[in-house]
Amino acid sequence: MAVASDRVTATAIEATEFPDLSRAYRVMAVPKIVINDRVEFEGALPEAQFLDAVLRAVLPAAS
Amino acid sequence: MAILNARDQDAVRREFERLQGPVKLVVFSQELVAGDLCRQNEQLAREVAALDERISVEVLNPAIERERAEAYGVDQVPAIVVEGARDYGIRFLGIPSGYEFSNLIDSIIVASSGEPALTDATRESMATLAGDVHIKVFSTPT
Repeated sequence: MAVASDRVTATAIEATEFPDLSRAYRVMAVPKIVINDRVEFEGALPEAQFLDAVLRAVLPAAS
Repeated sequence: MAILNARDQDAVRREFERLQGPVKLVVFSQELVAGDLCRQNEQLAREVAALDERISVEVLNPAIERERAEAYGVDQVPAIVVEGARDYGIRFLGIPSGYEFSNLIDSIIVASSGEPALTDATRESMATLAGDVHIKVFSTPT
């Protein structure tokens, strides 16, 4: 997805080497995916559902 | 001692037959912060790069080369940016070993062509994103 859009960056984080980050994002199981610090899920998702999560992460915040 | 054994090397070489162009692994190391991990990360990047001449390695110390580290958005070590014809935004924080190693190799192949392995429908949606997207994927080596 990072290759598909200039607006996307993707960072793979080795959870055990970065315990502070893992704690901050409450990583209890891996893989855990966090998008824009807004949408998160555990486990691999099919592409369409992953895309849906990305699109939800860029929705304007509800007022 | 080598991190990749002969069998790993053969498997990666076969994967690299799919490379479409040059890829640079920009490795961020800082001895004083995480010496052992940074050295291992650097060694892994060099061993991978040694398997195909289209892959190169550049090592940066974010404490010294602050502007470049900032431009890459990297503020922690060890880290690797996988850069193809341009920086697509692919980063690895921590040593990409175990399960993450295959993701590193896949990232290198995708970055070499700039062609995402996504369906047309996903690509269309990605082309019209309403904002910036930062995806973090937490994993462990096993």
